[in-house]
Amino acid sequence: MKFTKRNLWLLIGLALLILAPIGQGRYIVYTLTSWLVFSIAAMGLNLTLGYAGQISLAQSAFMAVGAYITALLTLNGIHWIVAMPIAVLSSFVLGLLIGFPALRVKGHFLAFVTLAFTTLVFLVLRNEDWLTGGPYGLSGMPRPDFGLFNTGKNINFYYFTVFIFVIFSLLMYQIVRSPWGRAFKGLRENEIRAESLGVNTRRITLLAFAIGSAAGGLAGSLMTPLVQFIEPGSFALLHSLRILLMVIVGGAGFFFGPVVGAGVVIMLPEVLRFTEGYYLMIYAVTVVVLIIFCPKGLVGLGEIISRKILKKKEVRKDFEQGAKL
Amino acid sequence: MEQLIQVVLSGLATGSIYALAAIGFTLIWQAAQTVNFAQGEFVMLPAFFVLIGINFLGMPLWLAMLFGLALSVLILGVAFKRILVDPLLSHGGLSLIIATMAVAILMKELVKEFYSAEAQPYPALVPQGAWDLSGVIISLQDISHLIICFVVIVGLTLFLDKTKVGRCMQAAAQNAAVAEILGVNVKRMILYTFVVNAVLATLASFLITPVYLAKFSSGEYLGLIAFIAAIVGGFNQVRGALAGGLLIGVLDNITATYITAEYRQAIPLLLLIAVILFKPEGILGKPEGRAV
Repeated sequence: MKFTKRNLWLLIGLALLILAPIGQGRYIVYTLTSWLVFSIAAMGLNLTLGYAGQISLAQSAFMAVGAYITALLTLNGIHWIVAMPIAVLSSFVLGLLIGFPALRVKGHFLAFVTLAFTTLVFLVLRNEDWLTGGPYGLSGMPRPDFGLFNTGKNINFYYFTVFIFVIFSLLMYQIVRSPWGRAFKGLRENEIRAESLGVNTRRITLLAFAIGSAAGGLAGSLMTPLVQFIEPGSFALLHSLRILLMVIVGGAGFFFGPVVGAGVVIMLPEVLRFTEGYYLMIYAVTVVVLIIFCPKGLVGLGEIISRKILKKKEVRKDFEQGAKL
Repeated sequence: MEQLIQVVLSGLATGSIYALAAIGFTLIWQAAQTVNFAQGEFVMLPAFFVLIGINFLGMPLWLAMLFGLALSVLILGVAFKRILVDPLLSHGGLSLIIATMAVAILMKELVKEFYSAEAQPYPALVPQGAWDLSGVIISLQDISHLIICFVVIVGLTLFLDKTKVGRCMQAAAQNAAVAEILGVNVKRMILYTFVVNAVLATLASFLITPVYLAKFSSGEYLGLIAFIAAIVGGFNQVRGALAGGLLIGVLDNITATYITAEYRQAIPLLLLIAVILFKPEGILGKPEGRAV
């Protein structure tokens, strides 16, 4: 690993993640953990939205699939480390199945199909009592125990989540940097040109969506042992919108944008607690204002500001134009 | 048999109201190439404007309805276009779609917080009661809904096809650049489209709210049904949206009566997936553009 400025920042970030929960109460530790879990889901959606340019409203449904599969398996005595890959794989396969018809046609059909899928998943979870516990959900799922390291304590579970999050980020980074990942970006910037350069746009978009869905499954799989109680309402359409907002607020297409966005979206209710019922209203207005005035999200805004302050070497303007040609 | 006729008839009546919302949806799609995720809330809100007129301003029903229509045209038509669509249109469809989602949340929360979270009774627009035609009970309300929607849709089609403004709107939707060269004020036509959408949503609101009561969350399902009706029928056709709306209304009723009430909401969704899989341009739509 080369000692570059960026790696230094990453190390500082990791150190902060490790130090953050020390001496904090249960609630803060729980909030931090759920921030990481939602960051994973949002980073998955970022692959679909930010890199491949398609809207998915099914991220909460994939979280539901991951969470319920993990819950049902771990309740039957199967270890989390076995249940998790099954949950992730199922989400991946479901993503392929749903994405395939939707991505056959141009336009925002994926948004509708995923909207329908989220509603369908919610109906199945609510109606099939024998499997999912119906509206009462499932509870009492055990937290994974790795012999030397038992995640039963909240703080231990937090470090476990940090570990998974770091592994996941490294994997994601490899994907984004790989030829596939570059193809995703090419697709978002200019579909026709990407296609003329020999990129199979349909297959690449489908793959981006399926990998994003698998990330949703992983987040769900962590959600189960974190909350130890899951019910259909936790995965309703509103939560898909929340994850979408995390990506937009943070900055779609920036690698760590969704992490910032998830932080804002999860912390915002705490900050806006004094406004009581107006929270969602302020939230909605914030999103609209942000989209109108700062379409690249907070990370994009930060980049613009830092460029203005530091007066870094300016990329030649015609290069910027070149990307759009 | 009698029951089946009743079920189909009332399905057609509800479906015709869905069609009004779905038509507005397709018009916006054609004019601005965007998907209005707040369409369901556009149908929910006018009913509350009317309730405000009746309960807080002491208006009679007819005046309150005019008041509601005026507010809808101003807020859902003109303000929506000016404040949200104009600055966002150049960023591409994605930002606008997400902004309409945020607007949907905002509208729901405003109603919940400042009016009520409970379902509100809403005055019926048309006579209640029923005819008994040799065993088949026909609700007057259903028949009136069907007739009103039919008149509105025929009127809209005539407006779009026969008047100069309507033809200019179509031209602007089909090819904005060419329309502009030929002297059509494209921006104004897009504004008109949003106003027409607001009027259609308001009419749908006046008709459907007496049936389902006025509630802040009622737009969620309605919006979803309107999308599905538009896609199933054909996104680029007024008559497509009409066919889609009627089909879903009837299917929904038949499922709820004869098959399953629990999965009633799932039927339109499955229909949607089937249509996208086998005939993505919709039942009556024309193929548009190319497949990816």
